[in-house]
Amino acid sequence: MDFLTVLQILDSTVRLATPLLLACLAGLWSERAGIFDIGLEGKMLAAAFFSAAIAFTSGSVWIGLMAGIAASMVLAALHGAASITFRGNQLISGVAINFLAAGLTVVIAQTWFQQGGRTPQLPADSRFANIELPGAATRIRDIAQQGPLGQIYSELISGHSIIVYAALLIVPLTWWALYRTRFGLRLRAVGENPAAVDTAGVSVVGLRYAAVLICGVLCGLAGAYLATALNAGFVKDMSAGRGFIALAALIFAKWRPWYALSACLLFGFFDAVGNRFQNIQLGELVVPVQFMQALPYILVVIVLAGLVGKAIPPRAGGEPYVKER
Amino acid sequence: MDKMPKWADIILIPLISVVLALVVSGLVVALIGESPWRAMEVMVRGAFGSAYGWGYTLYYATNFIFTGLAVAVAFHARLFNIGGEGQAAIGGLGVAIILLNVAWPHWTIALLAAMLFSAAFGAAWAAVPAYLQARRGSHIVITTIMFNYIASALLVYLLVNVFRVEGSMAPESARFAETVHLPNAASFASFLGFRGSTPLNFAFFLAIIACVGVWLLIWKTRLGYEIRAFGHSQTAAVYAGINPTKIIMITMLISGGLAGMMAINVVMGEAERLVLDFVEGAGFVGIAVALMGRSHPVGVVLAALLFGALYQGGAELQFEMPAISREMVVVIQALVILFTGALDNMVRMPMESLFLSLRRRREAGQAQSPAE
Repeated sequence: MDFLTVLQILDSTVRLATPLLLACLAGLWSERAGIFDIGLEGKMLAAAFFSAAIAFTSGSVWIGLMAGIAASMVLAALHGAASITFRGNQLISGVAINFLAAGLTVVIAQTWFQQGGRTPQLPADSRFANIELPGAATRIRDIAQQGPLGQIYSELISGHSIIVYAALLIVPLTWWALYRTRFGLRLRAVGENPAAVDTAGVSVVGLRYAAVLICGVLCGLAGAYLATALNAGFVKDMSAGRGFIALAALIFAKWRPWYALSACLLFGFFDAVGNRFQNIQLGELVVPVQFMQALPYILVVIVLAGLVGKAIPPRAGGEPYVKER
Repeated sequence: MDKMPKWADIILIPLISVVLALVVSGLVVALIGESPWRAMEVMVRGAFGSAYGWGYTLYYATNFIFTGLAVAVAFHARLFNIGGEGQAAIGGLGVAIILLNVAWPHWTIALLAAMLFSAAFGAAWAAVPAYLQARRGSHIVITTIMFNYIASALLVYLLVNVFRVEGSMAPESARFAETVHLPNAASFASFLGFRGSTPLNFAFFLAIIACVGVWLLIWKTRLGYEIRAFGHSQTAAVYAGINPTKIIMITMLISGGLAGMMAINVVMGEAERLVLDFVEGAGFVGIAVALMGRSHPVGVVLAALLFGALYQGGAELQFEMPAISREMVVVIQALVILFTGALDNMVRMPMESLFLSLRRRREAGQAQSPAE
């Protein structure tokens, strides 16, 4: 395997890690505020459909992105209503949202486009184009001519869509907002001890809705990326379990932003390797592609088993807050 | 004192929730420009209008009874087993292993073996998440989700690399021997009009027996009492000398076993071989069924029947009204979970205040009359 092949795998790692990263950060915001969210998958899927559908009909990928985010936020608000206002079971609400998105996207796509529950193929100008950074070579033949540093720059760093760079920026932004602002401190407190926040005179309900809606925006970005950057259009169930891998990454990262980045890159790497090689030969041993696909889930179970460190979720996570009277 | 009479809690609230879910589904159908009434009529006729329809409705209902009971048993201990999908898939693996490798003389003995193996395999798949919950406190919802994906990858691997028939491209096992085929409804209930092709088979009775078994277990045994006590209050249960690890493990093993036994209906009764993705979401439907059925076997049967009818009626809908995609069933399922599960309080809170004010008025009336 030569250097350029390694770079190509890393390049597709970054591409495949981006939706995971956005969804993982979305989950991080929500769960840090004490709202469990297993509906990341559904929100991504809804965003993927609406971004593709609106980008196709309007011809503008940016309007599509807005529509995707809006769709995701509607579902996020529904999750908020169920788990904050009506103090329902957050897990059951998440399950319902996943099914709602899985069903509605196909039902609407079928009536709208009559193509068996998909959107038409998006033309190049209603997708997010890859950004070529200045001085980067674009053709594979030119890249192969460059030195190692040039290859890294042209192949790995340059040539991604704007959402990839945005996602990488959202990591420090999330860290800064959660750990360096008053809003972030309160938001984390609400996930650990909502009664204390309430006593301090800050609205628990307001903070939790804010967190859930931020989660909706990020899931919307993740879904739009899937349908309008990574692929060209929506197909049925295109999120393909990424919402759950993001959830796995979130636990793997122990609910911390920078670790979330590394966990998502790791899981993106598994995906990239699994895509490139069907079965991997390690001497005598053949690693089947299905094992690579299951690896993120297996790793999370190992982490949860306490074999590698200990993953402790926010203390008030999953519990509706009831003011004492 | 209870805020509401018991019948309101058990019957009225689930009924209102389901009606709400159906109304919203009807709105969705109306929004995509079709008549909800006609869709309803097509679905009801498709599900109950013929022996053919009944055969499929009851066949699907059999699956949902098993997975619904699995979720319901876990609910009683306040455990949310979202892993029915994976447990059923692995249960199918158990059925295939025992039926392919032993030459069974008669289907009755084979059925006993298949029950044992499907339950054991399903239970084994639930055991690790149960242990992690009991001993490590890691959330059972997360681990069972992860185990669903691991099961799916494992099954694909085994079907492609181990079970696949030499020379065949399809990822499925060889057909089971003729002697282990379960009798289908055409052979034991042909007087009801079932034809030879009906998927409804002997496993339906197994599902009914499982319901009785769960009812006995939960309400008539010491273990069931402990499970319910644990579900009501963990601290009180521990104080009363109930071992939490034991309850979590046993409850989840039973739950996984029930989910695994769903495979008897599909793998042994219908497909007669192990096929890819044979669970088809039944594990998740089980969540809706258990929520709607209030975790009671009778409720589970009724809810499973409703979902069986939705699945069969949904298939008919696709033929008669092609504008409505089959996924409409998934939407209805989602709305039922949403209204009966997550938004339960939305219905409950107004109902509670309604009953409370009714009772106050009645009590006020009684207090006044002797004074007169």
